[in-house]
Amino acid sequence: MSIASPQRPHSHILEATHVRHSKSSRPVLEFLSHYVFSKDHKVIGLQFLFSTLLWFLIGGLLALAVRWQVAWPWSDVPVLGKLFEQQGGQMAPEFYTMLFTMHATVMIFLVIIPILAGAFGNFLIPLMIGADDMAFPTLNMLSYWFMWPAFIAFGSSFFVEGGAASSGWTSYPTLSTNVAASPGSGMGQTLWLLGLTFVGVSSMLGSVNYMTTIILMRAPGMTMFRLPMTIWAMFITAILQAFALPVLTAAGFMQLADRLIGTGFFSPEGNIVNNTLTSTGGGQPLLWQHLFWFYSHPAVYIMTLPAMGMVSDILTCFSRKPLFGYRPMVYSMAGISGLGFIVWGHHMFISGMNPALGTTFMVSTMLIALPSAVKTFNWLGTMWGGKLQFTTPMLFAISFVSMFIIGGLSGIFMAATPVDIFIHDTYFIVAHFHYVLFASTAMCVWGAIYFWFPKMFGRTMNEFWGKVHFFLTFIFLNGTFFTMHILGAVGFPRRLADAYHYETFHHLQPLNAFMTWCAIGMVACQIIFAINFFWSIFFGPVAGRNPWNANGLEWTTPSPPGHGNFDFQPIVHRGPYEYSVPGCEKDFLMQTDPPRVLPAVTH
Amino acid sequence: MGRFWSLIFLAVPVLGVGTFAVAPFFNIWLPADVSEHGRSVDSLFMFILWLTGAVFVITELLLFWFMWKYDSTKSKTPAKYVHGNHALEVVWTILPAATLLFLAIYQMNTWADIKMRRPVMAPTVEVVGRQFEWRLRYPGRDGSLGTPDDLFLVNDLHVPVDEDILIQLKTMDVLHSFFLPNLRIKQDAVPGMKIPVWFKALETGEFDIVCAELCGWGHYKMKGRITIESRADFDAWLEKKYALQEQTAPPPEETDTAGL
Ligand code: HEM
Ligand SMILES: [Cu+2]
Ligand SMILES: [Cu+2]
Repeated sequence: MSIASPQRPHSHILEATHVRHSKSSRPVLEFLSHYVFSKDHKVIGLQFLFSTLLWFLIGGLLALAVRWQVAWPWSDVPVLGKLFEQQGGQMAPEFYTMLFTMHATVMIFLVIIPILAGAFGNFLIPLMIGADDMAFPTLNMLSYWFMWPAFIAFGSSFFVEGGAASSGWTSYPTLSTNVAASPGSGMGQTLWLLGLTFVGVSSMLGSVNYMTTIILMRAPGMTMFRLPMTIWAMFITAILQAFALPVLTAAGFMQLADRLIGTGFFSPEGNIVNNTLTSTGGGQPLLWQHLFWFYSHPAVYIMTLPAMGMVSDILTCFSRKPLFGYRPMVYSMAGISGLGFIVWGHHMFISGMNPALGTTFMVSTMLIALPSAVKTFNWLGTMWGGKLQFTTPMLFAISFVSMFIIGGLSGIFMAATPVDIFIHDTYFIVAHFHYVLFASTAMCVWGAIYFWFPKMFGRTMNEFWGKVHFFLTFIFLNGTFFTMHILGAVGFPRRLADAYHYETFHHLQPLNAFMTWCAIGMVACQIIFAINFFWSIFFGPVAGRNPWNANGLEWTTPSPPGHGNFDFQPIVHRGPYEYSVPGCEKDFLMQTDPPRVLPAVTH
Repeated sequence: MGRFWSLIFLAVPVLGVGTFAVAPFFNIWLPADVSEHGRSVDSLFMFILWLTGAVFVITELLLFWFMWKYDSTKSKTPAKYVHGNHALEVVWTILPAATLLFLAIYQMNTWADIKMRRPVMAPTVEVVGRQFEWRLRYPGRDGSLGTPDDLFLVNDLHVPVDEDILIQLKTMDVLHSFFLPNLRIKQDAVPGMKIPVWFKALETGEFDIVCAELCGWGHYKMKGRITIESRADFDAWLEKKYALQEQTAPPPEETDTAGL
């Protein structure tokens, strides 16, 4: 912690606070310890950000290849075609299977989870609670570096014999455990399981750190109920991770053991794959599904709660209004995480699981839509009566609300067991999770990047191009994903390399072609974002400490903050959402503003 | 620009509802239903569609209206300094909770009909998934499965109309899912399990059997056909197939297909 200076520095003061390192005799080591193996939460956060954005690009390109096959099966693939020269430029079905498996794997495990918790969690937690760093900086550094074995495992699996994993991101046995069942079930699947384990270790290290930091390192005056929603979300997410992950890790090891030493946890007696009788038995394929979803349902909230938190912060800032229903917002997040542990069976309604159990899971699943509804109403309440500023981050935040409504409502169809019989494993499900994961979470991530970019790099991104980026992404994403609902209503199955030979689906090719064009547009317009992002790091207009006139503690630090974050001791006097306080000369009241500035204000 | 952005968000409910409204005219909608319980599945789908549709339209319109009305460049009134409203919170917690609970209870009967109240009868046919085909096994003249006179077929399922059909679903290798879009039936086939699937078809015709659970590279081509026909036609077909099997080959090598 740097010197404590009593007064809060003025906002809009530009300071060059990059910590200057004294000339060292070992500049290489110095560079390594400050920028590569750094223990500074901000550097680690940015490392996560850059790595995950790179994987985002890879995942997006994989998605385009998937879409190509769905729209124009067996046609010559542009660019990728060279890979398939032996087949005359067409994609092989096993390649398609691998593509969607790895698309989902990359997006979930290497993009959404680490970008929320790893990038934003790391960068924001100490800044927003007024700490100089995380509780365990070394652990924090390791949480980033444990991603690298995962990057290498997933990345290299594309090049091993049989290709990368190809039994879906859910890796259901016995397809995934039996090498004879699928080409990708060889080395690729082993690497997949190893990669998953390393991602898990990384998340676990992060989650322990986040919980400790948030509980123990809050600045004086920062009570739990003065925490910004982002921090509450990160806190609850960390708890979810800590309780759910061990189950996935154990399941992963069991599958690994099944594959490598033939333990047969998941293989029943007498299984004949590819005309060979498997030697193991005594296991149950459904066991994997239970263990997998016991983690992966909470994981969908790990992929959405932090976004909900960040959206709440962005929405209040640009509505210039206090958050509507602070406590209900916190309780509903807690409710989501609690209920989140007892709904996993909704992924298994037709798996062969006891149908009576299905009924039970239907009730809990219906109920989990409730806290989501409460949150949505409170966001609407926050915008009601505000003074809305349509900045780029605000547009992304509003789109989160708008799109989350769609994703939440489609969840209700699937929670209804009889309806799920028909729509399970169709494009309806694909629509649902793209609305919650892409249209909501990923859109929020963009908003959050535009919002906290000034804090990260000391400069602001270009607003005009930010809005163009928003506009195009918003249009194209709805073109791509909304139409999936009606595809699902026909029963169009997911994961089929070519469905048009079915009488029921043969007329759906033009619609799929339209969606693929939208998907191409959606990926293409990210070029605007990439240019804006990198250009602004170097040439964007210099931002002061608080370019958005926001209230949080992070906006009292220099942009970007130096090592140790605060150049004064922050003392917190109020919650983070005191915007437009009557009788106050400015329309925001920072958490550190001394109480005398205003007439009596509660909260 | 606030006006422009509000209208963009207004487009969400407008085009959203529009998509669902025009889709049926392009035949991009629930495929024809020929089963008994399919009626109730479809009506539950439509019920949820109307309900969620109403919530969707109302919330999206509110969002649009707030954007339009509270645009800082247009509105003169200062932002309201409120932290919430207890009564509202209670209302918008209790109301959706009751609705959702009702929805859950409302589904239970249909679910039980399809997956829990299985007809008491011997299986009409055994369906066994195998990469990448549906193997069928009809009880032969003796009417019971697992005897040497069973009839073996691949991908060509026939069932009589207007009768309860009980299928015994198995798989030899990996997970598959037995999906009959026109009968609103879907059930995973799980290695090591025998899962009963039942339905009653109300119309004759020929429809798709789709595999709906990823089962490997050839998953997309794991296609079968189901022919629903009158009892007389069905019996004649069965007899013909049976005669064909008798004269061509000794019974296939595996008598017990999934080794169970
Ligand atoms: C409003 C609350 C929600 C409800 C009622 C709900 C319900 C469901 C149900 C029943 C399924 C299984 C459908 C099936 O496979 O047949 C499902 C799948 C899924 N949901 Fe949700 N959901 C909700 C919110 C979310 C959120 C917030 C996320 C993520 C941010 C999410 C992500 C997913 C994913 C990724 C899948 C598909 C997994 C797969 O099969 O590959 N859901 N949801
Ligand atoms: Cu789930
Ligand atoms: Cu299949």
